[in-house]
Amino acid sequence: MSLMKEFNKGIIKDNPVFIQLLGMCPILAVTTTVENGIGMGLSATAVLLGSNVVISLLRKFIPSKVRIPAFIVIIAGFVTLIDMMLKAYFPELSKSLGLFIPLIVVNCIILARAEAFASKNSTTKSFFDGLGMGLGFTIALVILAGLREVLGNGTFWGLPLFGASFQPALIMILPPGAFLGLGIILGIMNWFAQRRKGGEA
Amino acid sequence: MKELIVIALGAILIENFVLVKFLGICPFLGVSRKVETALGMGMAVTFVMVLASLITWLVQTFILEHFHIQYLQTIAFILVIAALVQFVEMFVQKASPTLYQALGVYLPLITTNCAVLGVALLNIQKEFNLIKSLVYGVGAAIGFTLAIVLFAGVRERLEIADIPKPLQGFPIALITAALLSIAFLGFQGLKF
Repeated sequence: MSLMKEFNKGIIKDNPVFIQLLGMCPILAVTTTVENGIGMGLSATAVLLGSNVVISLLRKFIPSKVRIPAFIVIIAGFVTLIDMMLKAYFPELSKSLGLFIPLIVVNCIILARAEAFASKNSTTKSFFDGLGMGLGFTIALVILAGLREVLGNGTFWGLPLFGASFQPALIMILPPGAFLGLGIILGIMNWFAQRRKGGEA
Repeated sequence: MKELIVIALGAILIENFVLVKFLGICPFLGVSRKVETALGMGMAVTFVMVLASLITWLVQTFILEHFHIQYLQTIAFILVIAALVQFVEMFVQKASPTLYQALGVYLPLITTNCAVLGVALLNIQKEFNLIKSLVYGVGAAIGFTLAIVLFAGVRERLEIADIPKPLQGFPIALITAALLSIAFLGFQGLKF
């Protein structure tokens, strides 16, 4: 099924974070806890779905010269919507994600999908593409957030994992831990990829 | 006056936009292979950031708050920044073709630099007045330039280093950024 293919590619093969290296700012900034990671991932997924669908619907009407400003306005509209909904229904989450909710506007993943996919493909395809990419982004956030929360705080989703004798490595939830964690995850992924290719790594 | 210095130093060192606040990571990782391009990028961002602080503050105070339409903030700000970048691009092209050539494709990309929108939003969030917004914008821009130039310097050396194969390229860049970030953590102790 080609729709399944559009959906699947965002999760592993073309994962927006691990493979395409897009959307680095929120990935590094909000992954101090798994809860924040999932909140950010789902918000971005919602924006991505909305913008992909609307842009693919309008793709024949937007003149190509002004397409980027047009895309940005559509994306900003959805971001405002999500921002207001989070403020109304999840005030805690909204507070801890803070600035990074309005900053979804400038998340390169969303503009990249609009430009590379939604402006050229049908609405159904764009819907599944958005869903897949959004979930891929969420999974990446959860992996990094999990690593940082477990190592840096000794908890997962707020639940303590280790006994009282566990000394959390505080550096992992401080800013350097984000760079370090993502660097190490990418390194490990490269290592596996190179081994599978039968390289000498 | 003292307050202004505290705001500026805070934005440059203690809460460095790139290494502590994670704003503007894309250009930070993308345009930091050479010190020269990094410096050019830093200067272009500085220019846009300072202008954006000024104009978004005016838009917020005289348009959004005046008509009670603050909920349009995100849309209004991103449009202002996009227009501004377009304007700067045209201006640089006319005024200094050499600089325009050097910056190349990075100029239009400033629109999607989250540090610029970040500064604009933070100015409003912190309820700064016009002077403070400008100082904060300048400080943030200097902080961005400082971080990206330092990082480019380290990466130039890394080019000739013997790095394990899986870590080559992006992973080692991120680990380097982590070390720089640790260095900037040291400024957290600064108190005024």
